[in-house]
Parts: sequence; structure tokens; C-alpha cells
Amino acid sequence: MRVDIAKGILEKNDTLAEENRRLFAESGVFVVDLMASPGAGKTSTILATIAALRDRYSIAVIEGDIASRVDAEKISAHGVPAVQINTGGACHLESDMIRRAVDTLDLATIDLLIIENVGNLVCPTDFDLGEHAKVMILSVPEGHDKPYKYPNIFQVAEAVILNKYDTMGVFDFDESEFREVVGRLNPTAPVFAMAATKGDGVDAWATWLSDRVEAAKGGAA
Amino acid sequence: MHEMGICDGIVRAAVEAAEQAGATRINSIEVTVGELTEIVEEPLQFAFDVLRKGTLAEEATLSVSFIAAKSQCADCSAEFGHSRFDAKCPECGSFMVQLLQGRELRIDAIDIDE
Repeated sequence: MRVDIAKGILEKNDTLAEENRRLFAESGVFVVDLMASPGAGKTSTILATIAALRDRYSIAVIEGDIASRVDAEKISAHGVPAVQINTGGACHLESDMIRRAVDTLDLATIDLLIIENVGNLVCPTDFDLGEHAKVMILSVPEGHDKPYKYPNIFQVAEAVILNKYDTMGVFDFDESEFREVVGRLNPTAPVFAMAATKGDGVDAWATWLSDRVEAAKGGAA
Repeated sequence: MHEMGICDGIVRAAVEAAEQAGATRINSIEVTVGELTEIVEEPLQFAFDVLRKGTLAEEATLSVSFIAAKSQCADCSAEFGHSRFDAKCPECGSFMVQLLQGRELRIDAIDIDE
């Protein structure tokens, strides 16, 4: 006997993600999910973002890694609340992990919540966490061909950060080709050239992000 | 890469529906996967072989239908199929397009014995 189901395979994740999104909206928190390869500079980008925006906004961070508390400790050292999620081998974060982490934070006191996803260019793209925007970071040493190899992550991102821009002269990175391919995959996404550890180019990214934070605060119930 | 987690969702949904229908076994499970997701059939089938053990789906087959990407142009309303890389409207050249299908991850139906 045939039984029709017609249900999303990730329905459990998506339902919880919608609950997260509602929770964030009620508290007027803007949530950004940073996705990148291991070593592209996710944590450095977060630290640069904190330095740029901490005077204006109350910021908290959720760190996703397979193991260790290294990243959460780096963030906490700057006096910003950081919750570490260890996925224990899983290659991406899911909405129930975010929910458990969020339950340990006081959302009412937070304007901007930054989620650092597990270092991976594939898996995080299929999972809604309840965030308002996914942002993708590519670092120059990874090469300009990555949008050809991992197109999906460039398509689901609302903005792209080109990090380690200061190393452009050392690597054979064709910036115009990179921008052209990203533009084809995702015509509306801005590309921010940045050197997070030096603070170069952080302003444009911080302005984009703060516009979004303001919009979220304005929409809070 | 994350087919195991996806497949876990498939087996759970199938078993839940089968139990509700009072099934003694699941013969087959049909799913639809959009070509713009990161799901690949071979690891999905591998995960299914592992995860079906000890469930009502122990003897079941998993049939996967891939669905091609299709978008509609926001400027001229043309509908067109495309690959990942050229979601540009073939009629008017606009990049402002709305994806209609291609990111599905859906369990469609199961076949059961009562």
C-alpha cells in the first residue's frame, strides 16, 4: 500500500529554525551565520567585527567546532559572551544546537549574535539555523576558483568577505575573475575585501552589518 | 558529506508514517532531491544501508528522484531551467530571478505492507 507523505526531510530542523527566528525577532536580535573553510579567518573576522561594533552594539558569539573550546576562549578574552558548541564530528551546525546554545544567553541584552559555523564549504549550506543572514568568507590563499568548486555556498550567502586581502600579491589570485563568477552565482551579494587581522576593509563590512542590525532592532516587538 | 544526517531524517519520517498506518514493513521509500542541494546519491544510499537496520525499513529500497533547477525572471516573468552557474534569464539577460525549484529535500511516499 502506498502512503503519501510529502514532507521536508529536514522538517524537524526547519521547524526549530523558524522557532529560533521568531525568538530572535521578539528580542530584536540580528543573527548572522559565518561560513568558511577551516583557516579562512572566521574567528579573526568575528574579532574584527567586535572591535568595529562593540561600542554601538551588545554582541554575543556562538562558536561551532567539531572539538575544543579554543575559539570561545579567544572571544571571551575580549569580554564578549561566547558559547562553544562541539559537534563531536558533525560537519555543520543544526537548529537544535543553536537553540540549546541560545538558552544559555540573555537575548534581551543582545543586539547582534554572530554564529561561527563549522569550517566547511559544503554542509552548512543546507541547514537553516534561524539566522537572518548567512555570510561566506573566502580567504585569498584558498584561490579564486572556489566559486566554481563550491557554488552553493556562494549562492546561499547574502554577502561574501574576501579575507586575507593583504596577501593578494603573494598568491596567484585573479580577483576580477573571482568577482565575475560570484556575481554570476549571486548578483545581489556584496563582496567585501578585507584583512581581518589588520583591520583593513572592516569598515564597509561593519556598515553593511550595522544596517542589518538596525533593521532588526526596528522590527522588534 | 552530511548524507547520514539527511538519511536519518528520511528513515525517521518513513518509520513514523509507517507506524501511523499500522505497517508491518516498509517496501520502498521515495524521495525528491533538488540538484542545487549538496546531496549525492551514492553516499545517501550508503547511509540508508546503515540506518535502515533494525527498523521497519530494514528491507526497503530508497528511490531518489533528482529535480532540475528552474527559475522565473523577476523582470520579464520568463520561466527557464538552468544549471548552478547560469541562473541568468535567457530571454532578457536579467540576473534578478526567483528560484522556483531545485533546492528540494522531500520525502514523497512510502510503500508498506499492512
